[in-house]
Amino acid sequence: MSRASITKAHQKIQELSWEPTFVEPVDKYPTDYTFEKAPKKDPLKQVLRSYFPMEEEKDNRVFGAMDGAIRGNMFRQVQERWMEWQKLFLSIIPFPEISAARAMPLAINAVPNPEVHNGLAIQMIDEVRHSTIQMNLKRLYMNHYIDPAGFDLTEKGFANCYAGTIGRQFGEGFITGDAITAANVYLTIVAETAFTNVLFVAMPGEAAANGDYLLPTVFHSVQSDESRHISNGYSIILMALADERNRQLLERDLRYAWWNNHAVVDAAIGTFIEYGTKDRRLDRESYAEAWRRWIYDDYYRSYLVPLEKYGLTIPHDLVEESWNRIWNKGYIHEVAQFFATGWFANYWRIDGMDDKDFEWFEHKYPGWYDKYGRWWEKYTELSKKNGHKPIAFEAEANYQYPHRCWTCMVPCLIREDTVMDEVDGQVRTYCSETCHWTDKVAFRPEYEGRPTPSMGKLSGQREWETLHHGKDLGDIMQDLGYVRDDGHTLIPQPHLNLDPKKMWTLDEVKGITLNSPNVLLNEMSPEEREQHMAEYKRGGPAGRPAAA
Amino acid sequence: MATEVKERSVPKPVFTDAEAGAKEFPSWQSRSYNYFEPRKRRATVYEDVTIDVQPDPERHLSQGWVYSFANGDAGYPQDWSALKSSNWHAFLDPNEEWEQTIYRNNANVVRQISQNIEHGRTGHVFQAMNPAWVKVVARHVFAWAHLEQGIGMHVYTPAQRDAPTNMINNAICVGAVHKLRFAQDLILYNLALSEEIEGFEDKAHIATWQEDPIWQPTRELVEGLTGIRDWSEAFFATTVVFEPLVGELFRSGFVMQAAALQGDFVTPTIMGAGESDAAREQRGARALFRMLADDETHGAANKATMQGWLEKWTPKTVDAARQLQPIWSQISEKVIRFEDSFDRSRLRFESLLSDIGLETPKEIKA
Repeated sequence: MSRASITKAHQKIQELSWEPTFVEPVDKYPTDYTFEKAPKKDPLKQVLRSYFPMEEEKDNRVFGAMDGAIRGNMFRQVQERWMEWQKLFLSIIPFPEISAARAMPLAINAVPNPEVHNGLAIQMIDEVRHSTIQMNLKRLYMNHYIDPAGFDLTEKGFANCYAGTIGRQFGEGFITGDAITAANVYLTIVAETAFTNVLFVAMPGEAAANGDYLLPTVFHSVQSDESRHISNGYSIILMALADERNRQLLERDLRYAWWNNHAVVDAAIGTFIEYGTKDRRLDRESYAEAWRRWIYDDYYRSYLVPLEKYGLTIPHDLVEESWNRIWNKGYIHEVAQFFATGWFANYWRIDGMDDKDFEWFEHKYPGWYDKYGRWWEKYTELSKKNGHKPIAFEAEANYQYPHRCWTCMVPCLIREDTVMDEVDGQVRTYCSETCHWTDKVAFRPEYEGRPTPSMGKLSGQREWETLHHGKDLGDIMQDLGYVRDDGHTLIPQPHLNLDPKKMWTLDEVKGITLNSPNVLLNEMSPEEREQHMAEYKRGGPAGRPAAA
Repeated sequence: MATEVKERSVPKPVFTDAEAGAKEFPSWQSRSYNYFEPRKRRATVYEDVTIDVQPDPERHLSQGWVYSFANGDAGYPQDWSALKSSNWHAFLDPNEEWEQTIYRNNANVVRQISQNIEHGRTGHVFQAMNPAWVKVVARHVFAWAHLEQGIGMHVYTPAQRDAPTNMINNAICVGAVHKLRFAQDLILYNLALSEEIEGFEDKAHIATWQEDPIWQPTRELVEGLTGIRDWSEAFFATTVVFEPLVGELFRSGFVMQAAALQGDFVTPTIMGAGESDAAREQRGARALFRMLADDETHGAANKATMQGWLEKWTPKTVDAARQLQPIWSQISEKVIRFEDSFDRSRLRFESLLSDIGLETPKEIKA
């Protein structure tokens, strides 16, 4: 269709909606935001007549590339280090995608604007596209990559592993709680507008550098839908800003959404990009550099800051602190180290870092080796199956297993920033002041003296370690299904060697008891607890316990 | 002058031999998703890309939902439906909709519709259409577009948030988009007619839908459907009651029967696309409600609940259907009587209820 006819068509479809007169519309999903009717436009003029053929054409290209990858033996060139992390990433990401589809009626219900509804409904089916296309990509990996274990139990693994809740927030946050907090501020304004850049653009670039051109094919196809979603979100936030009563809520939600997205997405994608790659060209962009470009410059400075002209206070302090965590406090490195420490309880193999990696890290993050180098050397040493335990249970690794953050569920890895507080009758730990505020202040039925009855709650068994406290590691692995088809060899491995004699089995993890730091913390007397936390906060970097 | 060529910094291809079968070790042949039971021996692509993507504490989700609404509802609560199931996950979409089917099917439909309109244009069909029929199309056929939009946006779209499994939600989501696409198909056809037929009342559908007494019971009914909070009742009342008794009655019982004799071969093909979508959604509804009616533990209670919904929605729907009767008289070439169309809808309704295992309400019995 020509642009002129799209404009005409888009104008015409606006005739379809009507104001109900017989039945009062039902508020299906609660929100504390208020919207007046406003003639907000959809600048992208989305019409289904042109949408479906366009997406079909995009699909044909994706499926053509998939055929080509198989015929061209792409997997003879993919790096196993990279593909193994895809077992985690691709187990997580279809859930946020489908959650975004489920989130659309929350926004539709809250916002009285049919033109925006139309865009949101198209986004809804986009998200079904994304979820199923990604599941199908993973299916191809499972069929054609050397080690299918971990891809084969993918959605089960996501639902029960030590990293699952970290990723799950990036989906559950879209569909639950205050409709606008979830479906607009968290999902569209922050997750899609800011973080899909590193998710769907920076990461596929790294995949290509590791011999996998299917991830870029699929994810760039996905990302090309995101601009429409971003436009939907922008229309809604401008409508929200038209009502002064929303300002306080928007400022609260931007703080929560920004910080949670940073904590969760930077943890995962930062690890995949920095520790999942074999491309160690010194001039290739690091995650920190990509973040500075995609998130700090393109999102924060070009999108978020201009919202100030509408009188909105932007969380400058949190953006700067996110950068500070990435650049000065080693957030990505601490997370990658934690994931590797926990190799025994997942469904992918984690390759150790070697001299070439060390050189690259030192070049990109000066001072890296002094902080993390020794530990990774120890990781490689302890990856060999020769009578010792997994690294998490060996004192010589000099690593204090971390407390979990109650809010973002990434552990409290920047030890000095850890906050301990008794909330809802339980002693909890938080990775940062902002995560503490999120639980104690933001997700409550009252905010700064104002009733917020629609705000959601943090729920569930939030700590994986607490769920399995006191259990034998061998039993945990069997219960979770992380054992290969011989009933003996573990799916996860601390190396990439597929020689069955070198692979870790249930025998090496039996007899080890898993303890939850939070359970132990709650069992302490108040004095012991204070002392323990003071020591914990003096620990690090790289998880090193505080010096006596 | 020669330009100095700097070596470009690009990743180097490395032969890794990481393809399937390069080595043998435990699980090297484990090449199917193993966390669900496929319906047949091998999982279909649909099953692979759909099952368990939305986790469930009753299946593998060990830590439960990590966020909840203010009232404590978290994730996809089963008590958002009055119907109960021993295993919601047993429902699989009979249409097996996933990315490829959704876009292939809908792209084909919009292409077909565009071509049909173009054929009408090149064949000068629109100018030759019976003037009384043109009025019916302008008012009533396009009034129908509002209804499809309302159901797609405010019945199906929220229902795909509320149902408890990914299989149900995806099926309903595709239904939502069918409805919205069909509404747009119709209204863009209106745009085409306004460019082809001089004096075409391109906005007449708005007043017809909002004010014409013929349509007000239908509009009231549709608004009522959008106001149901329980997704399963909304989906039931729409697909099982409304669609056969009003949807099919108007789309195929009237428009698709009447148009050809009025010199119009285009409108029925567009209505047919909507009818075909509705039939797809009805296949899903039949499978879902049959599964719930047959549930070993909850079947009897479910049947009683659905029977109650029939008692509640059938009279309103029959009333709305009967109020549409004057439209059958507004065309000059009578091809079908309202009663004949309604009888056909009634039989379809009875057959659907019989498939699900429900009694036909008294209002509708012949």
